[in-house]
Amino acid sequence: MANSRYDVVVVGAGPAGLAAAAAASFSGCDVLLMDSAEQPGGQYWRHPHGRLDAVADLQHDLRTFRCLLSVIRSRVTYLARHDVWTVVRGGRGFEAHAVAEDSAVVVSGSALVLAPGGYDRQIPFPGWDRPGVFSAGGAQALLKGHQVTAGQRAAVGGTGPFLLPVAAGLAARGVTVVGVFEANSTLGWMRHLPSVVRTPDKIAEGVRFAAALAHRRVGFHARHAIVEAHGEGQVRSVTVAKLDGDWRALPGSRRTIACDAVAVGWGFVPRLELPLALGCATHVDADGSLVASVDERQATTVPGVFVAGEAGGVGGAALALVEGDIAGRAAAAWVGRPVTWPAGLRRRRRTYRAFATAMHRAHPVRDGWRGWIGPDTVVCRCEEVTASAVVDAVRRLGATDARTVKLLCRAGMGWCQGRICGYATGLLTTAETGRPSDPAGLAERPVATPMSLRTLADGADR
Amino acid sequence: MSERGTSETFIFDGRAVPFMAGQSIGAALVADGVLSWRTTRHDAKPRGLFCGIGICFDCLVVVDGRPNRRACIVTAEARMTVRSQEGTGRGELSV
Repeated sequence: MANSRYDVVVVGAGPAGLAAAAAASFSGCDVLLMDSAEQPGGQYWRHPHGRLDAVADLQHDLRTFRCLLSVIRSRVTYLARHDVWTVVRGGRGFEAHAVAEDSAVVVSGSALVLAPGGYDRQIPFPGWDRPGVFSAGGAQALLKGHQVTAGQRAAVGGTGPFLLPVAAGLAARGVTVVGVFEANSTLGWMRHLPSVVRTPDKIAEGVRFAAALAHRRVGFHARHAIVEAHGEGQVRSVTVAKLDGDWRALPGSRRTIACDAVAVGWGFVPRLELPLALGCATHVDADGSLVASVDERQATTVPGVFVAGEAGGVGGAALALVEGDIAGRAAAAWVGRPVTWPAGLRRRRRTYRAFATAMHRAHPVRDGWRGWIGPDTVVCRCEEVTASAVVDAVRRLGATDARTVKLLCRAGMGWCQGRICGYATGLLTTAETGRPSDPAGLAERPVATPMSLRTLADGADR
Repeated sequence: MSERGTSETFIFDGRAVPFMAGQSIGAALVADGVLSWRTTRHDAKPRGLFCGIGICFDCLVVVDGRPNRRACIVTAEARMTVRSQEGTGRGELSV
């Protein structure tokens, strides 16, 4: 398999990558699809090994997934458990360097489709590092991927529509969900009605989750947040508070709720390592995320490199499928195949993109969260850097941007390389300096996945 | 907390923990009621699963003598020996 050459190499087997691989294959390309996970499907269609049916009730649009799987199995070379750590220009196109079971694997393609997806965005709060506090996606992954529930009494909080399927999934598996705490007002959507009404499937999905939660008597609390997690050794309770429009906790509104699990998420962070490694141009999206800049054919500023899904702007699975379809066709066109463009494909992309922008505007992260944390609240979990150390790096040591803050106090220097704390470190730095944050300064990671020096040397020998 | 099909076990800190085929070490531990299996390098604070998808590195664990494995993405196998990780997981190298 090593050093094989393909027309199109697709990285990531979530909705965007699967759709891209299928579209490129149907356009006559020899396609390689690589993914780090055991199973195809990404986070959206995560399922246990050989047991998709066991979690079918937690999934959506399985018909599309099964259809894509049959295409991938019959027409595409698919490599599971291949973690791509970098992509470079090479030969007559590009090389993807991956780690598989400690071995180095290098493949090349004339065109590249990057569909790396994303992960939950986090902001710190006191006690968020206690065992039993999970990212919302983590609780979801346990449930959908491993059939394990995070605790027996769970509090779900943060902002964004993703909180609903997480809470509904936990409730469907017998967990008592003590509440969903959405920091924004649901009225935020009303300001973007023209974009929302064009996506009736999204509205239906929201209504379905709301009904499921009502059926299980799960309370949905808008303008509320989980502001602290308590418990020695593991979480035993949370404090929730009612928020004002800027997310300041209202005096007298705090109450403590017993629970043994917490699931939190504040939007998503797109994975940008691979587009950045190739020098693709980026910009900051409506949600504040650094994203790869793409045109209406998902082409990045590097000819032959296409990005689909969250890395070009967080927008959910429906958008990712459309973008993957477009990217797969565009990659096929790039390598010289005749390509058809179905009517409506680009219109659907615009419609779902407009919905995503409405979603971002309705679910921003507002400044008041900084009032929930104390000086000793951990911001960087890896290096155990507190909020006061981050503030000190600006006030006392003179840092003027998040990258310098990182160098001075080690926030973002640990194992995860700032993937979890980078967003909050940027916001805290901006609050101190008054200068807008530059997410690019914390997003570049030359090695996208951990690997041993032996594997690196092994790859260099080839 | 996990539902069915449990058959095999791995050894975690000297005792057998059951898992379903395909489950990660971290998922099997959570299902068994174990929420933390690492202590941090500076403050020796307990940590376990957080992101659950290989991003955050909070769930690091020692698997068959090899430290710093992400429990959330290492698939459990029978006869694996899993140990809680202290600090860097390389205590044998400290002076």
